[in-house]
Amino acid sequence: MDWLTDIPGWFADPANWRGDTGVPALFVQHLGYSAAALGLACLVGLPVGVWLGHTGRGGVLAQQVSNAGRAVPVLALLGILLLVPGFGRTWWTLVLCLTLFAVPPVLTNAYTGLREVDRGAVDAARGMGMSGGEVLRKVELPLATPLIMNGVRQSAVQVVATVSIAALFAFGGLGRIITRATGSAGIDLTAALAGTLLIAAFALVVEYGLAAVGRRADPVARARRSAERRSSALRGDRAAGDREASVTTS
Amino acid sequence: MHAATIPENCLVRNDWICPLYVETRSSVLLEALGQHLYLVLVSLAVGALLAVPLAVLAHRVRRARGLTLGVTTVLYTIPSLAMFILLLPFVGLSATTVVIALALYSLTILVRNILVGLDGVDPEVRDAATGMGLSPWRTLWRVEAPLALPSAMAGLRVAAVSTVALATVGAIIGYGGLGNLITSGYQANFNAQVLTASVLCVVLAVAFDLLLLGAQRLATPWRRS
Repeated sequence: MDWLTDIPGWFADPANWRGDTGVPALFVQHLGYSAAALGLACLVGLPVGVWLGHTGRGGVLAQQVSNAGRAVPVLALLGILLLVPGFGRTWWTLVLCLTLFAVPPVLTNAYTGLREVDRGAVDAARGMGMSGGEVLRKVELPLATPLIMNGVRQSAVQVVATVSIAALFAFGGLGRIITRATGSAGIDLTAALAGTLLIAAFALVVEYGLAAVGRRADPVARARRSAERRSSALRGDRAAGDREASVTTS
Repeated sequence: MHAATIPENCLVRNDWICPLYVETRSSVLLEALGQHLYLVLVSLAVGALLAVPLAVLAHRVRRARGLTLGVTTVLYTIPSLAMFILLLPFVGLSATTVVIALALYSLTILVRNILVGLDGVDPEVRDAATGMGLSPWRTLWRVEAPLALPSAMAGLRVAAVSTVALATVGAIIGYGGLGNLITSGYQANFNAQVLTASVLCVVLAVAFDLLLLGAQRLATPWRRS
């Protein structure tokens, strides 16, 4: 059980925090790759998903994209791209590969979110004389926000996981701590577990952080919350008024 | 004169597509494919065996639902590379480590899909079953289970396809099936090996998907019309 007691020691060792291979540097790399890929995936996936959902076309395409994303192993695509002349082990090879895997959840969820908007609400908006763009902006997008954010979150968690897998091909990021600790000479369990804890913590923070962001961004939930606040404020005023009244009578 | 001694073939040229590779390394390929199949089938079976009672429990008991959904969310969020290492101290360097990790992922997908299926059963249908005198267990088996089957099978397809892909990451501890060939092929700059193993992975995933789609059609004949 030495590895267990050694883990705090690993974190306490300043050598693991310094330089290009220290935790801060690897974390920044991990974050950089993930953010770039997620940003690109949103840039591509959101407009396409929203447009397909708005027009109601290409449902099969949205489904196929998400199926293909699941069936192709990261290891396979990255391995092939690395050997293709012109790509090789550059940061943009990794970002391209990550983006390809990050697009499907964003696209499919945006499509489903738009499609699942209550048709009655859309018809009502049209009946009020809204143009297609207005319906999209004022009705469909606000109502689809929870699912759209869900897709972004799924994608983000997946990207963080995929960056760690890329360390199998000697890319940077926190996965490096694990791959560096496993080799033909055996496994340095302490270091590998320390890396594991960092990666798992990072992924969990992304998952729950973006879930919280999603809840805040949902306009319907926000409207409901502020309505509740208003009504409770009213009740509070009345209670304060009652107190005042009681003070004057006593 | 010297060059003439080197044979001219796709292996020497390091071609991506090389029939000679498949011919000469068929035993290595079959062994990796066998390991891959073993990892996927065992972890799917274990995942499904655990997912059914968990989903039923979560469906019936309100408290169990929150706990099950919370735990599976955490499990699903932990990246695969981290999961394999996390299990190492307890299970050791073996195929079982990979199987447990993959089973946990498929369990998550399955529990959620079965739960969606069970939640989707029309309450009136359930009431009718109760009214006909069916016990809760018989209602579950005869009424709720068949109605939840399409959603459960959809979950199984997703789980199977993603398990085939995820199994490759087991290469980190030397048990990744076709993933082993991909990583070693990359290290050796061996194009044919990387491409062949990758294509086999995708073919395997598609084969699982189609097989399960067929099974789903057979198991739910009432949905075909």
